Amino acid sequence: MNATPQNGSPAVEVEHLTVRFGDHLALEDVTLAVPAGAFVAIVGPNGAGKSTLLKVLLGLVPPSHGRVRVLGSPSDKVDPRRIGYVPQFKTLDRTFPALAEELVASGLRRAWPGRLTSGERARVRAALERVGAGQLIGRPVSRFSGGELQRVYLARAFVRRPQLVMLDEPATGIDVLGEADMYRLLEDYQKETGATLLMITHDWEAAYHHATHVIVLNRRLIGFGPPERALSERCLREAFGHVGHAHGFSMTLGGERRA
Amino acid sequence: MLEVWSLPFMQRALLAGLVMALLAGYYGPFVVQRGLSFLGSGLAHAAFGGVALGLLLGLEPLWVAVPFTAAVALGITWVRERTHIRGDTAVGIFFAFSMALGIVFLSLKREYTAEAFTYLFGSILAVAPADLWASLALLALTALTLPLWGRWAYATFDRELAAADRVPVALDDYLLAFLVALVVVVAMKLVGLLLVAAFLVIPAAAARQWARTFLGMVVGAVFVGVFSVFAGLLFSYGYDLPSGATVVLLQAFVFTAAALLFRRAS
Repeated sequence: MNATPQNGSPAVEVEHLTVRFGDHLALEDVTLAVPAGAFVAIVGPNGAGKSTLLKVLLGLVPPSHGRVRVLGSPSDKVDPRRIGYVPQFKTLDRTFPALAEELVASGLRRAWPGRLTSGERARVRAALERVGAGQLIGRPVSRFSGGELQRVYLARAFVRRPQLVMLDEPATGIDVLGEADMYRLLEDYQKETGATLLMITHDWEAAYHHATHVIVLNRRLIGFGPPERALSERCLREAFGHVGHAHGFSMTLGGERRA
Repeated sequence: MLEVWSLPFMQRALLAGLVMALLAGYYGPFVVQRGLSFLGSGLAHAAFGGVALGLLLGLEPLWVAVPFTAAVALGITWVRERTHIRGDTAVGIFFAFSMALGIVFLSLKREYTAEAFTYLFGSILAVAPADLWASLALLALTALTLPLWGRWAYATFDRELAAADRVPVALDDYLLAFLVALVVVVAMKLVGLLLVAAFLVIPAAAARQWARTFLGMVVGAVFVGVFSVFAGLLFSYGYDLPSGATVVLLQAFVFTAAALLFRRAS
């Protein structure tokens, strides 16, 4: 299945997007177009509006001003089955009694399953096996490590074969090997389906090495484009107010990037 | 011992208690997992305001308490959704306000209102046919909402994921609060406002000790509720104890046993 829109239109179009929460200006006049099939990293300091942007795209927060289209439709009208969302797993309520198979099946049903049908269980098992977590299927999520939870949430996103996958700081709380696995799984899914990936991250190196495009945000759009251009010293200084870490980071810019 | 169930008032008490166990077992896991355990107690106190208003106006207290409590439940939900105030604070404000209103209403009546005490302590053995019909009607209404169980449970697990999947989470919050308010009013007549929250919280909390799934928690909560009503009525009859309180004590016993048996379980 090729998830690229047939007419080759952008997967995400944002025009003059401004979001206010009362007196607080979260995003100001952001305009960008994400090409279908891109792997986009969103970077910026805390409070830069990264999560707000993701929530606008998910249809959870209405724009105060501007126009947002996701997969060709207004963000609050797009069929949610075309979008896979991976939230920060630290938000998981570990007191809620849930099995991995139920969490993944919620991605299929868009409701919490009481009992899974045999067809659903087969799809859930395939999704979990795809992310190397087939053995977790009947286990309670409350006991999972960060890495295990991340795989289950990825399976939950992939199970509906979305054309757009949005991830909120997916590498937070998982170890280096787990992080490498996660990027491999994301890139494999993208290769197979042509889906667009949108990921919030604090890790500039990961953005540089894995993303095809980077959005640098600090309420306003500071930079958008290929990593070597968006992650320039000028953009980083403007977004973060300093390039303390970027001095070391900039030396790696010539390193090997994802093909 | 079985001849107990041939007594009409015990039959009515058992039927009303079992209906309450079903209702509370169904809604209790939502209340507990949404961190709203205080809501049951708060709504019961709010219902007291409605009962007092009914007594003041010379109307059937239950029929005044139902809309009064439902309005308070919707008010609490509105404050939770629209302000920066936490749910427990919203409940605390409305509960004190409604209770104070109830006290003022009773004082305005200027005559001894013994009936008010029926609602404070409940009287499952004195269940009137109208109370039974009210609880059965609520059970029927709940059966109509069964198709919504999956999306309610989804939003209980993760409100943001559910909202991203276009589940109308705010509307469902109001609907759930409204239905829980109805359960509280009907249960208040049986066990009294001081113990009504126990029905919503303890069976669900006990079931959480062993349940691996949310559906399992609901089934377990119903089971604990049914067992406690059945055994509680028998005990209270046999040892001449207050029935509602005995039922709640049995719920607490099951919770304690479950907490000890299933420590650190899923």
